[in-house]
Amino acid sequence: MHEVAISEALLDQLVTLAEQHGWTRLSRVWVRMGMLSGVVPEALEFSFSAMATGTVAEGAELVMETVPGRFGCGTCGEFDLERFEFACPQCDGPLQLLKAGRELMISGVELMDDSPTNPEN
Amino acid sequence: MTLQPTQKTDMCENCGCGNNDHFHVHPTPGEGHLPHGLHEGHAHHESHEHGHAHEADGGWHAHTAADGAVSWHRHGGHGGQPVLDANQREAERNRGYFRARDMLALNLVSSPGAGKTTLLRKTLERLHPRVGCAVVVGDLETQADADALRPGGAPVVQITTGTVCHLDARMVSAAVDTLPKDGVRLLFIENVGNLVCPASFDLGESHRIVLLAATEGENKPLKYPPIFHGARAVVISKTDLAEPAGFDIALAREAIAQVAPEAEIIEVSSRTGAGIDAWLGLLERLLASDALGAKH
Repeated sequence: MHEVAISEALLDQLVTLAEQHGWTRLSRVWVRMGMLSGVVPEALEFSFSAMATGTVAEGAELVMETVPGRFGCGTCGEFDLERFEFACPQCDGPLQLLKAGRELMISGVELMDDSPTNPEN
Repeated sequence: MTLQPTQKTDMCENCGCGNNDHFHVHPTPGEGHLPHGLHEGHAHHESHEHGHAHEADGGWHAHTAADGAVSWHRHGGHGGQPVLDANQREAERNRGYFRARDMLALNLVSSPGAGKTTLLRKTLERLHPRVGCAVVVGDLETQADADALRPGGAPVVQITTGTVCHLDARMVSAAVDTLPKDGVRLLFIENVGNLVCPASFDLGESHRIVLLAATEGENKPLKYPPIFHGARAVVISKTDLAEPAGFDIALAREAIAQVAPEAEIIEVSSRTGAGIDAWLGLLERLLASDALGAKH
């Protein structure tokens, strides 16, 4: 359950960012992850919601976006997939993983309505 | 003396083992010294290494939607702020250090028992001191690997990680500090035997080399794509055991090509010596292209 450790780092970052920008409560957090980042979205969601209690992110929805990887099939050409496949979904021939990312990024947050932060500040 | 971690640091994002604050560095006897930040064999790490606050302001900006909802975004190199960036910073420091010292650093990874140490032992016999080599080797416990490698004459530093299942950039930095500053052209970093966690930790190496032993399954690359993808080369080791083990080398090559299409594949038996020349040939080519790159 390595996602507990990732949630910890994620919450750490959110708390720091909140202090810097004056965020009091978050309603949503966007995370982008590469296919090679090794994160299981369901496990991250579960640990995040449990561990966010008492922080600015308590109750916040975690919106996860997987950055697709590039795959290639000798017959059908190149295309993007969000899951590892080693047989071509079209012709069932062997599929190559050409390019995929390892990134794990906080790409955005949404503030709760009652947050006093003025975005112009 | 036991040091309490003063802060959370890079944790293994794959298995959750969080405590890498108590690794030990065992320099080559009679060489080097414990670097700044290490005493009694324990690592201290300063708060500046945590680092994620430093770039936090960069790029964060607010949007207000028509319905009044306020959101903040950051568009970085990959569209956001890295969640685990402390290791990445340290890895970049290592990379700069290796470049400045004209060292080619190779990160050797495999499952436990695939033959990393034996291949390195044979490599040092043939290469060192014609090409100045050094080894940083990681294990949970014991200095057995360092002891096995020291007869080769190259400086060897053992890192014992305690319970941590991978090397991280900070451990490598502390270990490299104990190596001679000059005369090391080729640095081998023998990672902890593990096909999962080391994939997530950039050490600042020039290339990652993965070993796949003929005593393993041919489809391992398909099962562990993160460690194989992006590897400069995959060494199929223990090829002398392929036949008795019923290991189909052609099948393994196909699996490697699916996950790491750009990786060079080399078949080696450290026991019989078969393929060692091809392996040394790869090292020579990597050194040559590295030297070429350094001139520009």
